[in-house]
Amino acid sequence: MIHSLFLINNAGDIFLEKHWKSVISRSVCDYFFEAQEKAMEPDNVPPVIRTPHHYLINIYRDKIFFVSVIQTEVPPLFVIEFLHRVAEMFQDYFGDCSEVAIKDNVVIVYELLEEMLDNGFPLATESNILKELIKPPTILRSMVNSITGSSNVGETLPTGQLSTVPWRRAGVKYTNNEAYFDVVEEIDAILDKSGTTVFAEIQGVIDACVKLSGMPDLTLSFMNPRLLDDVSFHPCVRFKRWESERVLSFIPPDGNFRLMSYHVNAQNLVAIPVYVRQNISFFESGSSGRLDITLGPKQTMGKTVECVVVTVHMPKVVLNANLTATQGNYTYDPVTKILVWDIGKLNQQKLPNLKGSLSLQSGAPKPEENPSLNIDLKIQQLAISGLKVNRLDMYGEKYKPFKGVKYVTKAGNHGHFVVTNWKLHNILASPFYV
Amino acid sequence: MSSSSAFNDEKGGSSSVGEPEYGHDPASGGIFSSDYKRHDDLKEMLDSNKDSLKLEAMKRIVAMVARGKNASDLFPAVVKNVACKNIEVKKLVYVYLVRYAEEQQDLALLSISTFQRGLKDPNQLIRASALRVLSSIRVTIIVPIMMLAIKEAASDMSPYVRKTAAHAIPKLYSLDPEQKDQLIEVIEKLLADKTTLVAGSVVMAFEEVCPERIELIHKNYRKLCNLLIDVEEWGQVVIINMLTRYARTQFLNPNINESLLEEGGEKEFYASDDDEDDEEKKAEAAALAKRKPYVMDPDHRLLLRNTKPLLQSRNAAVVMAVAQLYFHLAPKAEVGVIAKALVRLLRSHSEVQYVVLQNVATMTIKRRGMFEPHLKSFYIRSTDPTQIKILKLEVLTNLASETNISTILREFQTYIKSMDKDFVAATIEAIGRCATNIGEVRDTCLNGLVQLLSNRDELVVAESVVVIKKLLQMQPEQHSEIIKHMAKLIDNIQVPMARASILWLIGEYCEHVPKIAPDVLRKMAKTFTNEEDIVKLQILNLAAKLYLTNSKQTKLLTQYVLNLAKYDQNYDIRDRARFIRQLIVPTDKSGALSKYAKKLFLALKPAPVLESPFKDRDHFQLGSLSHLLNTKAGGYQELPEWPDSAPDPSVRNVEVPEWSKCTSRKERKEKKVEKPFYSDSEGESGPTESADSESDSGSRSESDSEQTGSGSESEESVEESQSEEEEDEEEEKMKKKKKVDKSQPKKSESAESDQSSGEEQKKERKGVKQRRSGSESESEEESESESSESESGSEEDSESDTDTRKKKKTPASKPTAKDTKKESKKETKEISLLDLDDFAPTSSPQVTPVNNFLSSSLASDLEGLSLTDTVLAPTTIAPSASVRMYELLHRITGEGLGVEYCFNRQAFSPDPHMVAVQIHFTNNTSCETKNLHIEEPKLQSGMRIKEFPEIDMLPAGESVSVVMGIDFCDSTQAANFQLCTHTRKFFVSIQPPVGELMTPIFLTENEFKKEQGQLMGMNEISDKLTLGEKCQNDHSIIERVNATANLGRVPCGSDKDCRFAGKTVSSGSLVLVTVARKEGGGAQLTVNCEKMVIGTMLMKDILHALMQ
Repeated sequence: MIHSLFLINNAGDIFLEKHWKSVISRSVCDYFFEAQEKAMEPDNVPPVIRTPHHYLINIYRDKIFFVSVIQTEVPPLFVIEFLHRVAEMFQDYFGDCSEVAIKDNVVIVYELLEEMLDNGFPLATESNILKELIKPPTILRSMVNSITGSSNVGETLPTGQLSTVPWRRAGVKYTNNEAYFDVVEEIDAILDKSGTTVFAEIQGVIDACVKLSGMPDLTLSFMNPRLLDDVSFHPCVRFKRWESERVLSFIPPDGNFRLMSYHVNAQNLVAIPVYVRQNISFFESGSSGRLDITLGPKQTMGKTVECVVVTVHMPKVVLNANLTATQGNYTYDPVTKILVWDIGKLNQQKLPNLKGSLSLQSGAPKPEENPSLNIDLKIQQLAISGLKVNRLDMYGEKYKPFKGVKYVTKAGNHGHFVVTNWKLHNILASPFYV
Repeated sequence: MSSSSAFNDEKGGSSSVGEPEYGHDPASGGIFSSDYKRHDDLKEMLDSNKDSLKLEAMKRIVAMVARGKNASDLFPAVVKNVACKNIEVKKLVYVYLVRYAEEQQDLALLSISTFQRGLKDPNQLIRASALRVLSSIRVTIIVPIMMLAIKEAASDMSPYVRKTAAHAIPKLYSLDPEQKDQLIEVIEKLLADKTTLVAGSVVMAFEEVCPERIELIHKNYRKLCNLLIDVEEWGQVVIINMLTRYARTQFLNPNINESLLEEGGEKEFYASDDDEDDEEKKAEAAALAKRKPYVMDPDHRLLLRNTKPLLQSRNAAVVMAVAQLYFHLAPKAEVGVIAKALVRLLRSHSEVQYVVLQNVATMTIKRRGMFEPHLKSFYIRSTDPTQIKILKLEVLTNLASETNISTILREFQTYIKSMDKDFVAATIEAIGRCATNIGEVRDTCLNGLVQLLSNRDELVVAESVVVIKKLLQMQPEQHSEIIKHMAKLIDNIQVPMARASILWLIGEYCEHVPKIAPDVLRKMAKTFTNEEDIVKLQILNLAAKLYLTNSKQTKLLTQYVLNLAKYDQNYDIRDRARFIRQLIVPTDKSGALSKYAKKLFLALKPAPVLESPFKDRDHFQLGSLSHLLNTKAGGYQELPEWPDSAPDPSVRNVEVPEWSKCTSRKERKEKKVEKPFYSDSEGESGPTESADSESDSGSRSESDSEQTGSGSESEESVEESQSEEEEDEEEEKMKKKKKVDKSQPKKSESAESDQSSGEEQKKERKGVKQRRSGSESESEEESESESSESESGSEEDSESDTDTRKKKKTPASKPTAKDTKKESKKETKEISLLDLDDFAPTSSPQVTPVNNFLSSSLASDLEGLSLTDTVLAPTTIAPSASVRMYELLHRITGEGLGVEYCFNRQAFSPDPHMVAVQIHFTNNTSCETKNLHIEEPKLQSGMRIKEFPEIDMLPAGESVSVVMGIDFCDSTQAANFQLCTHTRKFFVSIQPPVGELMTPIFLTENEFKKEQGQLMGMNEISDKLTLGEKCQNDHSIIERVNATANLGRVPCGSDKDCRFAGKTVSSGSLVLVTVARKEGGGAQLTVNCEKMVIGTMLMKDILHALMQ
């Protein structure tokens, strides 16, 4: 299946290669470079590239291209998913998946790749198993290793691969038995100028950090499982139990893992926690414009809205911005044309406001597009969908674990509010309006 | 790797593994000498004795390999270390070896023997890794060795080794395709494997080696369906893809009669489907007359049902695989379920989105209704990469229908304002496609596009012109206004394609704009020389058409243009000009064609069809590479068309397997633990039988009841936890016990329907609860002490050490036995009854055969219990015959001191891993010997010695016996040491006969058979013999075997067989010996032992003993 893997940095250096079958010359990457050049941006490199004798399937992660070489038919997602798993494993092992980290740990990387694929077919991709085979580097261990000459390859052979619970290693022991669950929700919403929600959905994940001895069997139940519209699970979750009872029943892997991801769709259920009043306009003459944005909290259920950041992608002709913010700081990058207003905590009493003038390139026509606003925010101790964990029970072990659930709502990374300001005034004048 | 030298490497200083920049880089020729020096240094390190140096060297070498540097000249130095003891060095050597073996075939052969040895290692992981590396060495000479190794590993008792064997199959196949037939045999064997670990890998091998041998799947089809949910993710993808193909060959098209079966809901759902669909339905209706109503094959249903939960997988590839399976195999009404899961994947990484959108685009053409509810999920974000935007646009266009077109157009309109110009162009094209597909909005779209013509962005205008041109072709009469408008644009617009389109339009419809057309030609004639080629061609076209329709006004202009073209640099244009001139300007010579000039030029041209590029892509299996590229990729297996009539479904029937067949404990556990997780069997009839066939020991009813037991157990636990939230710790503990209480009696019950047993259980629980309520006041401590007490108490039946361990390990498998015990005991046992105890932290449960031996089924356990009293005690079985003495020191060489030794076959109490050796000293001299003791033992690695206490004095003529212990490490290597007196030292050595390296253990006949079943293949040695004259009866056979080897007798039903069991003293490997007597003094001797060397030697010795 997967023949070879090349890791390439942004500058186009192949800094690691690994072959699982016979060796393929790295000149095959020239086809990739060609495509990369054509695509201009790394995001636009087609994930599958055809060359006369091979197919290149690549992903771009953390400023590294993972380019795999394929010779015969294989589901592309199979390879893509695997490559992402590799990147995640690096992250897991080295803290981040950067070129420096990989180069520093090149031997471990090589050992990992060796274990993860056999003849191009995935062999061990569970972090629990791999960590038994190859210990992750720590400062202490690398020091000890360099002195004693011992190794980071596990002395004992892993049991997980052979057990019926392949995601969990055997013989786990902790003095403090703890299980923490983070319910993290991200809102993804598009509002129009008037503040009406055009589109809104909530993506949630439950990330777990389980440090329990032995073989605990956990059951997590929700107060309101009906809220969840679509779910996907870690392989440890017993699907039948979910189907019949709507509880998550599982023997957890050891350590950090993503228990489930879910999706809440109902439009009206999604309460947008802030509102925005905004006015960005450009004048026909005088090559200037005006900007006025005010944010206020709304439906936050008594919780504070934190880490509020407003980002505006300005049109190309905007040369500079001369603004005053009542709260927080703003920066405008004239090269990327991005205005960032970092507000911080949202104040109920005094609403933050950003106001001022924009200077445009003289002589250039008034920009046609009206920029949209992206708002990132975070609310602690609140899952905006209202999802609540009811209880967590443990079977199979005798000790009493410490349990904790944390809720966070975010609008960032993947989810963000987009407040557009074109919608209204265009619809009425729209020739497309039917 | 010469190409690698072309890449000047970056600074690698940061690397912690040294600076491995010293590859053979011709570019750095100046430091050639130092290169070699560096390599010498590596070689030295590799040759050293220190593992740490070796490791350091290997790390640096691997770092070189990783960077693509050539390290092949180190091969001889590296390959020497293949047998290194250090695991990490070994691993790195493997990495290196696999990388360079192909280039250095001769040297690579040196390493082969190491792997061959590894293949016979008792540790399954070492066997597996040896096979992995051996099969990765691409050297043709070793093909036969690989073949042999794969065959052996395929029948290994460890599923992990079998999995590795499956992985090795495609490796060998790619090395030597001629082995195909043999490999198919192995695949066939492995396909029948019942463990989830193997399933994915063997199907992968099947797909790579013999995907055309679909008939191999028949017998395994149901099993694969049932195992699927427990197979690891990657295996699931491969199996699902293969089963899709299989189902296409074996079942009937479920949609063939759909109009009959699912009229109501179906129609509504797909009401928006176009005419094509209606035709289809008509055809189907016609076909219907001939056919009987469609009934889905239960196996087909099984596949659909068992794959559906996997839509919830976290792995995008699995979700996609299920989605394509449903798309290709499910009845139309059921395909809808995949939409939500696919939409979910759109929130994943952009590469995943890219692939999923391609597939969704194909699906939306055939099954629009399915994705319509998710329309908004395909709305484009400003942050999407362009390639994703364009794909989403494609999907949106495919989804457009009369009902949603207004929303979609509004959305499109905002896209036009994007800064991403490629995307804008694609949007305009999409609008054009919507307009052609949906008649109602054609005018609206056209108007909108015309408005775009006044856009400031030239690209937008140009693209609009091109699309308008296509739209106008459909109904030109009504749009002379638009054509006029466009004619005006020609002054401003510069994009050649747009200019060409306008000119073509004017020429084509010059009759609608009779006044403007000649004027446009006039303008173009002026600028002709400066135009792009495609524009010039269209000018020629325009001129010709005008000449034909309006020659009065344009004759001169046309002549002028044609003359200009005649001297153009481009021969195409010169050619065209010549051709047109001949055709339209009548001359004397002009042939018959010129009569038809008007017909030629002004023929009615069919309107272009604006089609999705994804149309008809679904003849490729969705989710495949070929589908993505829209061409056949190497190794692609066509998705067959549905058969007209279903092939015989009975080929998938599997005979009910024999339950007597024994398998390892682990597999049994697997079933027990997993069944309640995913148990799928409710309400399933025939096809599930293969799921049950997984269970390998005990009766079927037993396993069934066990299953329901644990299932309902967990159900109840939830119930309870909800109702009694505020319970305190103690009570919870009690509950747990009660729960187990319940499950116990059930297990002893025979199979009952799930429901009834569940109810019964509840009742029982209530009863227990009441009973217990009185004792709730009991303190925790009490119950705990009870538990410890009972644990030791339960062993009271004077069982051997191993038996004790067995009990602890497999408490769940012997509930009935416990029923007979006292109530208190029962309670405490219960805690360990939880299945999870089986995962108790043993470092590697499969590795040592002791554990294997310990695994025992319920039945045999019971038998064992009942037999314990009758089984002979160890002392009684010890050979009564006089023990053979060996000479250690002859009295002449010992200067009067004679020493003999024997193996007294007693357990050596200070260390159970040692063999007890009794040493008998005789002092034949006339004076006493003092201070007899042992010094300077010289032992093979791993061997240990426990000296006897020093003998202070041995008077003349006296003798004395002492016992010492030696751990021979299960080898017949001699233990060398010095025997010292107060005056002399004698070098002596003790070499054990193989039979003394073991100690008897007690097995029941069933246990024996089971263990024997696990020690097949390489671990079994068997030979025929003729029994010696004095050795014809059982008694003498037993005597002789016992004299040869320290084994225990196994009680046995048949009088023809004699069975013996033991384990090696040092490592505890099982040794099983069977002597089966035959007619006429013949016999068959079989030795099963994981340590093959011991097995072989023992075989020889016993043969010798029996034939005397």
